[in-house]
Amino acid sequence: MTLPSNPTDFTLADARAAVSSKKISSRELTGAFVKAVEAARPLNAFVTETPDRALEMAAASDARIAKGDIRPLEGLPLAIKDLFCTKGVRTTAGSNILSNFVPPYESTVSQNLWDAGAVMLGKTNMDEFAMGSSNETSNFGPVTSPWRARASNAKMVPGGSSGGSAASVAANLCLAATGTDTGGSIRQPAAVTGTVGIKPTYGRCSRWGIVAFASSLDQAGPMTRTVRDAAILLKAMASVDPKDSTSVDMPVPDYEAGLEAGVKGLRIGIPKEYRVDGAPPEIDALWSQGAEWLRAQGAEIVEVSLPHTKYALPTYYIVAPAEASSNLARYDGVRYGHRAKDARDITDLYEKSRGEGFGSEVKRRILIGTYVLSSGYYDAYYLRAQKLRTLIARDFTQAFQKCDVLLTPATPGPAFAIGEKTADPVSMYLNDVFTVTVNLAGLPGLSVPAGLTAGGLPLGLQLIGKAFDEATVLRVGRAVETAANFTAKPERWWRAA
Amino acid sequence: MSSNGSKYIQGSTGPWEIVIGLEVHAQILSNAKLFSGAATEFGAEPNSQVSFVDAAMPGMLPVINKKCVEQAVRTGLGLKAKINLFSVFDRKNYFYPDLPQGYQISQYKNPIVGEGEVLIDLPNGETARVGIERLHMEQDAGKSLHDQHPDHSFVDLNRSGVALMEIVSRPDMRSADEAGAFLKKLRAIVRYLGTCDGNMDEGSMRADVNVSVRKPGAPLGTRCEIKNVNSVRFIGQAIEYEARRQVDILESGGTIKQETRLFDSRAGETRSMRSKEEAHDYRYFPDPDLLPLVLEQAWVDEIAASLPELPDEKRARFIQMGLSAYDATVLVAEKESADYFEAMLAAGADAKASANWLNNEYFGRLNKAGLAIGDGPVSATANSAIVQMVSTNVISGKIAKDVLDIVWAEGGDPRAIVESRGLKQVTDSGAIEKAVDAVIAANPDKVAAAQAKPQMVGWFVGQVMKATGGKANPASVNAILKQRLGLPEEG
Repeated sequence: MTLPSNPTDFTLADARAAVSSKKISSRELTGAFVKAVEAARPLNAFVTETPDRALEMAAASDARIAKGDIRPLEGLPLAIKDLFCTKGVRTTAGSNILSNFVPPYESTVSQNLWDAGAVMLGKTNMDEFAMGSSNETSNFGPVTSPWRARASNAKMVPGGSSGGSAASVAANLCLAATGTDTGGSIRQPAAVTGTVGIKPTYGRCSRWGIVAFASSLDQAGPMTRTVRDAAILLKAMASVDPKDSTSVDMPVPDYEAGLEAGVKGLRIGIPKEYRVDGAPPEIDALWSQGAEWLRAQGAEIVEVSLPHTKYALPTYYIVAPAEASSNLARYDGVRYGHRAKDARDITDLYEKSRGEGFGSEVKRRILIGTYVLSSGYYDAYYLRAQKLRTLIARDFTQAFQKCDVLLTPATPGPAFAIGEKTADPVSMYLNDVFTVTVNLAGLPGLSVPAGLTAGGLPLGLQLIGKAFDEATVLRVGRAVETAANFTAKPERWWRAA
Repeated sequence: MSSNGSKYIQGSTGPWEIVIGLEVHAQILSNAKLFSGAATEFGAEPNSQVSFVDAAMPGMLPVINKKCVEQAVRTGLGLKAKINLFSVFDRKNYFYPDLPQGYQISQYKNPIVGEGEVLIDLPNGETARVGIERLHMEQDAGKSLHDQHPDHSFVDLNRSGVALMEIVSRPDMRSADEAGAFLKKLRAIVRYLGTCDGNMDEGSMRADVNVSVRKPGAPLGTRCEIKNVNSVRFIGQAIEYEARRQVDILESGGTIKQETRLFDSRAGETRSMRSKEEAHDYRYFPDPDLLPLVLEQAWVDEIAASLPELPDEKRARFIQMGLSAYDATVLVAEKESADYFEAMLAAGADAKASANWLNNEYFGRLNKAGLAIGDGPVSATANSAIVQMVSTNVISGKIAKDVLDIVWAEGGDPRAIVESRGLKQVTDSGAIEKAVDAVIAANPDKVAAAQAKPQMVGWFVGQVMKATGGKANPASVNAILKQRLGLPEEG
């Protein structure tokens, strides 16, 4: 194995090998990332940097390595989306209402990572309460993507809501990061930043200690530079959890072990409904190219139908806000978080605290959610959306009788410029058109970088698998990755800034 | 339910019938809360029994407590109700400072328990059936404290998340007495089952009372709901006040507005809290943090098999043992009384004699002393011994009362007390004859009177008992007296 000369260019797998074989100490590796994070502040990828904690954790890992007591992620520095509660480290969910909140507990997923020996570099920026597709709704300002279009200095969005994690991974500010995905919040930013992101099956990772957006859709997952790294990190994040009734007690396989098994004999479904009007021709071309790559490696390409796809986005924008309107009711200024000053009475306290604490996109979704659950509208909206959700899930079940994995575009287009879509929420919501179906059906979905647009911006392909079959999804993803041979990296323009 | 005319209330336009339904909130007996591991002990320091889940910290999730589910099923079985193997937890959304989540987790469309019934014992000795519509589980809220600081309100979350059963009756009750009898019976059932301690003072049982009035035979009137009434007496007062208020409105040409009212126990009146228009829109929807609750029939059957004997069955069994319906009803009303009674039988006493003894002697003393049966100073074994000594003619009924007083005041073994203090009944007929003869000889005038008027013999019995210090067997005294006075044996 030849390692890159700069340790921040390591993949997670590279670093694992280098640290455990003592080619580099965790302190040295972590120190390099701490510096990279500092130097990349113009990207605004982190809400909170935790360099001291990172170096302490690295030292502890080095001590274990010296004793030969090496855990799966020993000494490997990661970035954590600011939606995961971290004990003693401020956790904001990208919101003003939690801007001073320091949890006295650790989320199950992040605890799993620390138990595996990982090191925390800090908490990454995100859309407020994970509501957004561009990281522009964060109370802490937008994240700027490390990518720029060819011959342009325009600041691009990194996607969202896990935009800080995506930007950090793409800019080599960490080995890998955690994200969460309610409607595409891992896969869409991964696709537009040339990184890998997987949303596992609903129930694969515990939701305990992750600030809730829409409980029936939220799922944590890894964001990495390679498919192998995603396999490594997912294994460490996943677990059944007695504290989360919706987590599922299924064995977590060694995803990495089966990664190179190839796609020979696998049937790859191409859902015809994912050809949308007005999508740039580059998207369709890349999709066809992806199918061709897999065919060339021995897979069988089959056309399948997911007839209720066109209802997915409206269904999602009823279910997710409905749950969010209730989940966010606890932020009332009474026990923790932002409390307005000079409230006249309790109603005034609620109105002022929430009015000052939430940004406009969160307010919009709380209003939508409250509306669709209201007496007289519940049947017309929420109940019908639940029925559609069942039909959407059934579409997948039927499609998977004809194929093992589905191949689709990850996004309808590449990254756009900061500010370009903020005035039009519906055009913003359309970013999730290929990803929300997967959340509604609870299935695993992987975004793999597959190419660049003519303008030089990354595009991804999505692989969707059967429930709890992340192994096959990752294996096909690895085949796409190999064929695509996506090696482009953004220029480090922020270092000059 | 019988439509006995006396239940109607009189208005200026004739009789009106009251229609009452109850929603009873009963705290499930469990060491931990419904969705968190926090403790549930009453009277703990404010906010000392609050988990991160109960305080609705970000990212916290509820996990159902199996013990609470078992208790709800047990209660459903005790109410002879249908157990729903599939039920769903919903969120009831509203803002209140003592509701940390901003919603209460409850069961709305699919409760764990469906239709059942409670048989109530009416004062006239009749039994009436009150239908149970449903029983569902839900979380209790915390408590707002407004009297701790001049310009701040405080919140105590100890109760936040405590498991409640809401038991909803059909509108089958027609008077305050029937509502009281229903609540007492329901309380007895949950206490027998061990699913709720029924302690209304500590708030572990409270009721929302729905009241409407109508002309006999007319369709149901518009109802008002009186919230959170916490004693049987207050429920009676609230119903009577509310029914009269509604009749007065209707008779003066007005209409009843559907609304939620509060009962002010000091003023003895109900007051409007909020109208139907001001009612919250609770935006119920299934809680996505919890899977539907699916029970196995075998588990329900196991719980059914472990059910204790309930008041109705116990009462029937007591009547079969020879108790009067009244005595049996009194004894089963509290589980502790029934247990005490059965302990006396287990120690060897006769059923009927024990029931009489408890109802005529011991319960009276307890009431006077303001003691619950469990706190009384005389054990079931001691009372059993006293009753047995009477039955076997070791002591007279009069001496028995003295023995009870001694044990009450000083403790000790009744048999030893009778022995050591020489309280044994005199059954030696020679001694009794001697005493009888002496009394007859001293009262010749009374002898003539008694022969003319045989009831007078009672006076002689009294004299003989006095002369023997109460130790003579009254039956022997009676027989010898009758013989000596030449009166017929029976009469």
